[in-house]
Amino acid sequence: MVAAYRFKPLVVVLLLALLLLASLLSLALGPVAIPLDDTLRVLLQRMTAAELPADQVLIIEQIRMPRTLMGLLVGATLALTGAAMQGLFRNPLADPGLIGVSSGAALGAALVIVLGGTLLAQLPTAVLPYVTVLGAFLGGVATTWLVYRLGQSVQGTSVASMLLAGIAIAAISGAVIGLLSYLADDAMLRTLTFWNMGTLGGASYERVAVLALCCALVWWRLPRQASALNALLLGESEARHLGVDVERVKRELVLLTALGVGACVAVAGLIGFVGLVVPHLVRLLLGADHRRVLPASMLLGAGLLLLADVVARLVVSPAELPIGIITAVLGAPFFLALLLRAQRRGGV
Amino acid sequence: MLEVSALDCARGARSILQGISFQLAAGEVLAVLGTNGAGKSTLLASLTGELAPRSGSILLAGRALASWPAQERARRMAVLPQSSTLAFPFSVGEVVALGRLPHATGTRQDELIIGQAMAATDVTQLRQRSYLTLSGGERQRVHLARVLAQIWDAGEQGCLLLDEPTAALDLAHQQLILQQARNMARRSLAVVVVLHDLNLAARYADRLLLLHQGRAVALGSPWQVLSAERIAEVFGVAVRVEKHPLQDSPLIIV
Repeated sequence: MVAAYRFKPLVVVLLLALLLLASLLSLALGPVAIPLDDTLRVLLQRMTAAELPADQVLIIEQIRMPRTLMGLLVGATLALTGAAMQGLFRNPLADPGLIGVSSGAALGAALVIVLGGTLLAQLPTAVLPYVTVLGAFLGGVATTWLVYRLGQSVQGTSVASMLLAGIAIAAISGAVIGLLSYLADDAMLRTLTFWNMGTLGGASYERVAVLALCCALVWWRLPRQASALNALLLGESEARHLGVDVERVKRELVLLTALGVGACVAVAGLIGFVGLVVPHLVRLLLGADHRRVLPASMLLGAGLLLLADVVARLVVSPAELPIGIITAVLGAPFFLALLLRAQRRGGV
Repeated sequence: MLEVSALDCARGARSILQGISFQLAAGEVLAVLGTNGAGKSTLLASLTGELAPRSGSILLAGRALASWPAQERARRMAVLPQSSTLAFPFSVGEVVALGRLPHATGTRQDELIIGQAMAATDVTQLRQRSYLTLSGGERQRVHLARVLAQIWDAGEQGCLLLDEPTAALDLAHQQLILQQARNMARRSLAVVVVLHDLNLAARYADRLLLLHQGRAVALGSPWQVLSAERIAEVFGVAVRVEKHPLQDSPLIIV
């Protein structure tokens, strides 16, 4: 018999523990491994005034701390927006990466970086990251709307149309970014290539600040739509009959998703499959109620992305892999398995 | 409870309904009949507020339908769709609980109503099951429990709309769903049900509204509406109309 989906405090405790462990590992491991007790001591040094090797303090405070914070923000936000998008599309296979929202955001950001180079030259440098995020956000909004329109049918949304739209948008975005790379100078070129791979390697406190600002808005507003998302799963008409202002909810979900994904893409590039795999695992553990799925996805998304980043740092140490490769290697087979299962159940 | 006067509806440039007028009192069951394309779905869509009428008016509890705030309207009017496309692993209890979304009556009151609504449609024992594992008939019962929970305490202020609720159901489920609609009318709700089966309509409805090519050709009791001549004229099928041997309603024999 199918298990009852009760609220399981144990699951939440385990997710919190996973996140804590992943954060510690992310601070401790890398080309220079720092023992866990030393890592803890560095974290607590302000309180304990302990004497510690300067290089360890430097590595943890200046390199791994912003990177860990960024991984946490990106992982939680990608998983949260993925869960919201699956609800919005009424389809458990929607994912910001697969349906082109990330590509659209990357295109928007790339246009800002390269073409805005001359126009934005007068702006103070502190503002530039925000303008990039704005570009990514606009690209994300445009693609989300487009894909939603294309994928809509009486039966909810069709995965086929969604994925095809995703392919088309990824192709356009890839072509334009490729074209831009001819116009770009060296610094721009580095930024452009890093988008296609996805990495937390570019973490800095400035970037974390920009990201945190955007994520704060998404984390604050999106979970408030949990009940409306539950109603939307029944269908748009049914949600309307339940008194949900469907148009307003959809607009807010699209904008918040685009902002969250856009901000993540602007600072960390294209990291796929987190938004697909994490909400799925959470639903297996806790059922489909968005009031549980949204917060639990954030916890699990942050934890898993940090672990993936640790792996990315260790496998070819002292060099490192783009984290997008790790998430794709783990996520793509998962996606294929889901597709196969959906097909066996009678059509995608 | 529900007052429709001189309703004209169009989809795009095409006129679908012309001059529909009827009133529905609390505690009454009205069945809407007609051939495919007669305008039944359009009528239901305009009653739910999905489709704005081109002219004419719809009043819910004396107030224009469109002027109700969405949430307040949802506390008075619930709609059971033909079928649902829910593809996520909600438990049955969670689906029914969605019916309490427009209310702010508190968890305890909600739980009470959810329990009663589930008992009414006989899904209590399915409460912990995943919705995705249910059969078509069970799913429809779950959704009926959901819409009942939505307007459980609406009383004379409540209106229940059912859109061909028995289309894909077996005999027992057809009876169960319509009997429930009847029971809700006994508790003072106004009920509109779109049906294809003339005998089900004759048996469970107080009044029938027969649509043909976008117009109301008859409105009245089953005996008044379901004459052999009219059925032949509207549906193009020769029938005999007899008295039902067990109750006072017409029985249509094809």
